[in-house]
Amino acid sequence: MTDTTVREKSTTAAPAAAKATGPIGARMERKEDARFLTGAGQYTDDVQLANQSYACFLRSPHAHARIRSIKTDEAKRSRGVLAVYTGADIPATVGGLPCGWLITGSDGKPMKEPKHAILAQGKVRHVGDPVAIVIAETCEQAKSASEKIEVDYEELPAVVDVRDAMKKGAPAVHDEAPDNICYVWALGDKAAVDAAFSKAAHVTTLEFVNNRLIPNAIEPRACNASFNRADDSYTLYVANQNPHVERLLMTAFVLGLPEHKVRVIAPDVGGGFGSKIYLYAEETVCVWASKAVGRPIKWTAERSESFVSDAHGRDHVTKAELALDKDGKFLAMRVKTAASMGAYLSTFASCIPTILYATLLAGQYTTPVIHCEVTAVFTNTAPVDAYRGAGRPEATYVVERLVATAATEMKIAQDELRRRNFIRTFPYQTPVALTYDIGDYDACLNGAMELADVKGFAQRKAESAKRGMLRGLGYSSYIEACGLAPSNVAGSLGARAGLFEAGEVRVHPTGKVTVFTGSHSHGQGHETTFAQVVAGRLGIGIEDIDVVHGDTGRIPFGMGTYGSRSIAVGGTAIMKAVDKIVAKGRKIAAHLMEVSDTDVEFKDGKFTVKGTDKNVPFAQVALTAYVPHNYPLDKLEPGLDETAFYDPTNFTYPAGTHICEVEIDPQTGETRIASFTAVDDFGNIINPMIVEGQVHGGLAQGIGQALLEECVYDRESGQLVTGSYMDYAMPRAADLPSFKVGTRVTPCTHNPLGVKGCGEAGAIGAPAAVMNAICDAIGVKDLQMPATSERVWRAIRAKA
Amino acid sequence: MKISVSLTVNGKPVSAEVESRMLLVEFLRDNLHLTGTHVGCDTAQCGACTILVNDKAVKSCNMLAVQAQGARVTTIEGLASNGSLHPMQEAFRKHHGLQCGFCTPGMVLNAVSLAAQTKSPTEAQIRDALDGNFCRCTGYHNIVKAVREGLAQMA
Repeated sequence: MTDTTVREKSTTAAPAAAKATGPIGARMERKEDARFLTGAGQYTDDVQLANQSYACFLRSPHAHARIRSIKTDEAKRSRGVLAVYTGADIPATVGGLPCGWLITGSDGKPMKEPKHAILAQGKVRHVGDPVAIVIAETCEQAKSASEKIEVDYEELPAVVDVRDAMKKGAPAVHDEAPDNICYVWALGDKAAVDAAFSKAAHVTTLEFVNNRLIPNAIEPRACNASFNRADDSYTLYVANQNPHVERLLMTAFVLGLPEHKVRVIAPDVGGGFGSKIYLYAEETVCVWASKAVGRPIKWTAERSESFVSDAHGRDHVTKAELALDKDGKFLAMRVKTAASMGAYLSTFASCIPTILYATLLAGQYTTPVIHCEVTAVFTNTAPVDAYRGAGRPEATYVVERLVATAATEMKIAQDELRRRNFIRTFPYQTPVALTYDIGDYDACLNGAMELADVKGFAQRKAESAKRGMLRGLGYSSYIEACGLAPSNVAGSLGARAGLFEAGEVRVHPTGKVTVFTGSHSHGQGHETTFAQVVAGRLGIGIEDIDVVHGDTGRIPFGMGTYGSRSIAVGGTAIMKAVDKIVAKGRKIAAHLMEVSDTDVEFKDGKFTVKGTDKNVPFAQVALTAYVPHNYPLDKLEPGLDETAFYDPTNFTYPAGTHICEVEIDPQTGETRIASFTAVDDFGNIINPMIVEGQVHGGLAQGIGQALLEECVYDRESGQLVTGSYMDYAMPRAADLPSFKVGTRVTPCTHNPLGVKGCGEAGAIGAPAAVMNAICDAIGVKDLQMPATSERVWRAIRAKA
Repeated sequence: MKISVSLTVNGKPVSAEVESRMLLVEFLRDNLHLTGTHVGCDTAQCGACTILVNDKAVKSCNMLAVQAQGARVTTIEGLASNGSLHPMQEAFRKHHGLQCGFCTPGMVLNAVSLAAQTKSPTEAQIRDALDGNFCRCTGYHNIVKAVREGLAQMA
């Protein structure tokens, strides 16, 4: 079994980063595992409320249709049914689901934002669009009754492919956008790019589709909504990645409820990968209906519903060009992308193919000028939004497929062409708006080449050839912008929300600690890593620290977890709160020891008078804060509970090199990943075990995109062809190898932990590495993802 | 139509009158409140609902409650004994074989059932044996390590 893990410090790493301070940097087993391993986790569908009822949504079977009429009488009379609602029952005061990011087009006009009704109003626009909700005593009764609703549809022509949707005369998804264009947006200096191309010694051009994916967290979306007559309040349990944002959007923009009267709890959540960031129609309808029905309403998606109603990912059609001089120096890049939005704008849909895509097109390289034009297009498909990586995998695919193809075309070694263009001075201002604070791209490339044993590749290829097999090697040197985001920068780019994070550290009288974080853990292990961070600073055991997340009733505020932001932004907010605790603790300790505050230092869990062994332990300070008998009450409040909000000053820039080696059977086209190596720079690492796990998971999704996964809508009927696990090829254990992972460290320069984030790297880097390896093995310029056996076999045949 | 069913769940006898169409997973989750057994799909593909029926791994969404008449059922809640984790649970924790935890109960129980076939499988055998269980978080790397160690510890 391959299990190679290499951790080395980069030569550019600051010396301080190399030292693990107590629990920070330790490979600690996870606190949360005890409950998950014994069935004691509590996911939304496990929540049982007294007197709860059950909801079933009737969904559109058509991709596009006008609703002539809906008859609900028989359903309403069915056994156990409490209520049936359609779009006509939703009050006019209820708004549509909002989009959180305003993109202004190149023409200066705002993006088109057609209303996204919570139950279809007059028309359905994709298969799975919710049309009615049935609420009944049991789930079976709700489902049975939903079958008795008669909807008279007038089918309309549908369009599911962005290329079809942009054609003249294509069916319009929305009347407000007769040409299906949501916006046309551009970034970069087009004139300078065109001029550079005209002088180029070599131009590499690629046209490809970044295949549409379905996130498929194994826990389906679910909610349980209830109304409390006693104080006019609502409680919503929901499988969600950012409960405060869910509440804000639902109350302020859709239902018009007072924000403080709604508590949103996202308990244990079974994976998200982006798909549970968003405010969806289903939970919004259930909250609204819970008051009308006067009973808690529970809804859990069946997997078939997840396929048609979760927000999907990717779905770009791109033409990309790279201009090089005769020595392989990059002169310019020109990219034109059409991106599907689906039928409605999901919560962050608009910023994915723009702000999180075009800005990453410099990659790790000094390309001086870049221009990217993005056309966002409505189609009769489920909404498209962030899926692990969100824009950055698409950008990396553009850059790294271009670079690999250029190297092949110009007969320059893959690593050499990259090295000739690497950024080596920091901070570095890219031509696409970002300023990289730090990195060491050579270190990751060198590390990956060593770990992947690139030197031995020629011999392995020869051995494969003896067995009649093809072998190829593919590189992907990616960069991502994480730690979203400086609120003012995001705001200037169209964000309608802040992107800070909140943390509260509550020290109890006995010295035990509860941490409340606005980040949300749905697999990332925050209950452990965040406790490690606090334990390291306070000098107490992680068993004495509990981390609470996912509850607007207990946590001050939060922007949630996505974009690999939790440790960089959420972790920093907690550190800031801990700093306040320590500062106050020093004052209390100084009082107890009858010295000046400035003479007290905090180290190893003790407040010590500098230069002496006189000290007060942390727990004694905590007790004093709550039993303030001997206490400077004239100068200091009792208690030891501090909150901090942290707004980052820049994005973080994790980067690395992934190397994939494939072996292909030319007789069948079957492609096997012979080895996959990832060497990443995530800055300082809190828990290497968890970081490796995040990399492994991301790689699986990236390799899944390259080899297996593809969401297919029928171009004629608009039906979802890949609507079940029988049809959508998710990676299983035997589809993947064990991975070789390593890290290099250049600590982030602008957060106190020096961390960058690691959650998405695998999904960002892997697709290009795999496809570059396949193209290398079979000697073709390009191949469409996913590289199924059929596609590979055909490509080999076409070449021969 | 209601039918009576009697079985043993996690060592305790259970009798109930259930709808003939009730799935075993629904019986475990809704009637017995054993919510550690999860439902991740509707086509018997994901394996999150895997339990042990007479020591064999079974997808409990693919079996009616009444079919469990007389059976000995073990769910994830019944795997640890006397307050200590089963070796397979320990191995998953040690090797970080779980992230969100949703597929974990099914994954662990499927792995436990493997012991009847082999205690020292190859990596390829482990991967093949996990074919019926999806994990979207871990990329299976650490699950494979955990299963190998768990089986060795069970030997």
